[in-house]
Amino acid sequence: MVEMKEWDGFEGRLWKEEINVRQFIQDNYTPYDGNEEFLAGPTEATNKLWDALQKLQKEERAKGGVLDMETKVVSGLTSYGPGYIDESLKDLEKVVGLQTDKPLKRAFMPYGGIKMAVQACETYGYEVDPQLKEIFTKYHKTHNAAVFDAYTPEMIKARHNKIMTGLPDTYGRGRIVGDYRRIALYGIDFLIEEKKKDKAKCGSGSMKGEVIRLREEIAEQIRALEGMKEMAKIYGYDISRPAVNAREAIQWLYFGYLAAIKTQNGAAMSVGRVSTFLDIYFERDLKKGIITEEEVQELVDHFTMKLRMVKFARIPSYNQLFSGDPVWATLDVAGTGVDGRSMVTKTDYRFLHTLENMGPAPEPNLTVFYSSRLPENFKRYAAKISIDTSSVQYENDDAMKPVWGDDYAICCCVSATQTGKEMQFFGARANLAKCLLYAINGGIDEKTGEQVGPKYRPITSEYLDYDEVMERYDDMMEWLADLYVNTLNLIQYMHDKYYYEAAELALMDTNLERTFATGIAGFSHVIDSLSAIKYAKVKVIRDENGIAQDYEIEGDFPRYGNDDDRADEIGVWLLGTFMDKIKRHHTYRRSIPTTSILTITSNVVYGKATGSMPDGRKAGEPLSPGANPSYGAEQNGLLASLNSLTKLPYEWALDGISNTQTINPGALGNEKEERIGNLVQVMDGYFDQGAHHLNVNVFGKEKLIDAMEHPEKEEYANFTIRVSGYAVKFIDLTREQQMDVIARTCHDRM
Amino acid sequence: MGEILGNIHSVESFGSADGPGVRYIVFLKGCNMRCKYCHNPDTWAKGGDNLKTPEEILQKALRYKTYWRDNGGITVSGGEALLQIEFVTELFRLAREKGVHTCLDTSGNPFTREEPFFSQFNRLMEYTDLFMLDIKHMDPEGHKSLTGQDNANILDMAGYLSDHGKAMWIRHVLVPGITDDEEQLKRLRSFIDTLQTVERVEVLPYHTLGVFKWKELGIPYQLEGVEPPTAEQVERAQALLGAR
Repeated sequence: MVEMKEWDGFEGRLWKEEINVRQFIQDNYTPYDGNEEFLAGPTEATNKLWDALQKLQKEERAKGGVLDMETKVVSGLTSYGPGYIDESLKDLEKVVGLQTDKPLKRAFMPYGGIKMAVQACETYGYEVDPQLKEIFTKYHKTHNAAVFDAYTPEMIKARHNKIMTGLPDTYGRGRIVGDYRRIALYGIDFLIEEKKKDKAKCGSGSMKGEVIRLREEIAEQIRALEGMKEMAKIYGYDISRPAVNAREAIQWLYFGYLAAIKTQNGAAMSVGRVSTFLDIYFERDLKKGIITEEEVQELVDHFTMKLRMVKFARIPSYNQLFSGDPVWATLDVAGTGVDGRSMVTKTDYRFLHTLENMGPAPEPNLTVFYSSRLPENFKRYAAKISIDTSSVQYENDDAMKPVWGDDYAICCCVSATQTGKEMQFFGARANLAKCLLYAINGGIDEKTGEQVGPKYRPITSEYLDYDEVMERYDDMMEWLADLYVNTLNLIQYMHDKYYYEAAELALMDTNLERTFATGIAGFSHVIDSLSAIKYAKVKVIRDENGIAQDYEIEGDFPRYGNDDDRADEIGVWLLGTFMDKIKRHHTYRRSIPTTSILTITSNVVYGKATGSMPDGRKAGEPLSPGANPSYGAEQNGLLASLNSLTKLPYEWALDGISNTQTINPGALGNEKEERIGNLVQVMDGYFDQGAHHLNVNVFGKEKLIDAMEHPEKEEYANFTIRVSGYAVKFIDLTREQQMDVIARTCHDRM
Repeated sequence: MGEILGNIHSVESFGSADGPGVRYIVFLKGCNMRCKYCHNPDTWAKGGDNLKTPEEILQKALRYKTYWRDNGGITVSGGEALLQIEFVTELFRLAREKGVHTCLDTSGNPFTREEPFFSQFNRLMEYTDLFMLDIKHMDPEGHKSLTGQDNANILDMAGYLSDHGKAMWIRHVLVPGITDDEEQLKRLRSFIDTLQTVERVEVLPYHTLGVFKWKELGIPYQLEGVEPPTAEQVERAQALLGAR
């Protein structure tokens, strides 16, 4: 057993025998079931820094969304000297460290793909150093180039026709949450020693591919750890040893995260579950009387401010998929332990309180691990913050804990992984709505007329027959699942090879579990289409080439989102069927296949590429996001819609089932206390039935329309809304996406 | 006796403003009042083919029991729920058997002490936990002008409920220039003060969210140009009525 002087006052043994942050937390945290009265407001330093940062954010928006970009330096752990929000205020910053040398300046990260890195710069009027272009084109291969070297013609065609969409072949896959807490608890030197031991134990002498790869990876990880020490030194800190106090703990942890965002431009760069861990350090110093509540809150505020500053250079097509410049710096609070204790601490309150101290913001993507058994006080406080800021999402701890234990974190928008023990291969989505159209058209794309899928017999009857459609659909899904999994296998292989996440993986166990995350787009439209075919009559309108282009529905049919089993059961069938097909295939690196029903804001782009559907959705209209019911389908109010969602088994979609709901304040109740109570009741009822996720927006349509028309109004500068799996500043969405958000059901008072 | 069927306009699984807690609201079809500000004129007509038994509605409502906790339940509204009093009575009787809180949202317009209604109403009272009575106007003339109907039986019903110890919420829709003059509000207040069982008095600000329905139905909207009350006007009315 190791002993370190920095651990003075901490309980427990196991976490000293091995790297085990989870055990450290369980042995040392102090649950809190009181109310929010202890919280402190922002300090003067916080206000000054936040003002400075807001000014920069305004400037950034005025310049078209990008304040500054690097064109000469390849981003790495030690590419830059120290950077601060404002040079003249740097002594006020209690948590330091920027991605580059200047605030909001976007780093140059070519390893995902040089073409994209260059295009990102050019979009905003920056010219990349020609020498860098040459190096990464001629002398150093990138992930993107490698993937396209290996793609089959069929993959390229399917990708081009967008039946597989948003694939991480032009950007970093992200979704790996390093256990950044390890730096604070153990210090870098100890982590390096452990990695060295792992390397010594790696393989038994016979150099098979797997062993060689892992040995090389561990070497990369050790190099990254050494680099982190250097990076911290630039800011005047020695992180070779554990953190000795509260301020060091949060700073050490942040350095770990900073290492990740300096080296990876991933689709999601989550922070993880850090609140209960940090609380232990805060409590220790509070007990010693060497820190005050104001100072603790200041640390949390300044750390959060840094998370609000994370930026990546991204290409226009990426921005269309994931609108509003999100980074998914997802940070999780609350939850319960395996032993049944609530894991809510005062620091869980403090993180939510940042939304009051510094106003609403889309990042960090604050996520509450919800259970009806959380302390009543905390549930009410979270509900209050939701009502005031619409910046929080909720995920069901009672559903996730049995699968992932009590130290899981969200690695992107809604997907859980076990911190430090597991990584995910992110795999975007298969468009199952389009797949249904392929089934009807014999594999011919309804938009391009290309033969994309296999040349199965198309449906030629005037009216669609349910049994016939189902048979064809099953065949077409079979084809798609096979192609999709293999495409992802190839992408993940190349990502490991050319854009390996050494910094994040250095802070995780060497022998990892891996999940292979697939995803479904167009969920509600498939359900409603099949329901229409089954319960109403659907007539096919074909063009001169015999391709089904539109549908006429005669009669009524049940729709998903009304707690009507006739429709909802189709959804359960669809999820189960697709997942079964995915599971039957080989997945890269012995990963465990999972799937998700979440689309983020990409539903708009996916919809554009998808023809008219038998449910009445017209060609080009947005697909409904995530697992949300279709536009206008919800006829029985919020709870009926929520109940439909609760029927989808989380265990079948372990990568997450996202649901975004907007409630008019008046519909929640007449006055504040009533609204808080009602929202808590809604969430208790929803999650007790096993649902996975809920984004809660509380505002009326009028506000959205006004914000769209008058984005210049001061009150809308930080107006944040939850979209599928993350939050954005509403005014940062494209007009098209704003219209889409407005078109969605807002649960209003009747 | 034939099967009792309710003529249903629509349901709302999440009602938070029509009774205590989170409520399942059943809107019934048919109303004899023609309130000028009505936001559900599509519920006036009595015809329709969405007929359901009390059991069917209860089964649907119970799907939401998990959201109700200790204060939610079922609210029947309309249209005018008392026009289908047999259906409501049976629904509430069944709901009570399951321990569900029952609330009736009514204008009181069908109330009369004549038979057969009166006996039926006494039965309904047994199974109703809360009456939400919307008093549109205190002045009989004003009431007639606003709704096309007299208000004497409505006030009588309020008194009757009070005499029998039935819990009540009194609601009043505030329409600038029509229901907001001080004299009227003071008279309403005096009346409310004579009632023993009022738990809450609510001022409902007039809104125009339902105007489009009038247009869809091709009925001329008579309050064209009337603006919703300001926050101050609402507060003033609340003070006058002793809203609680």
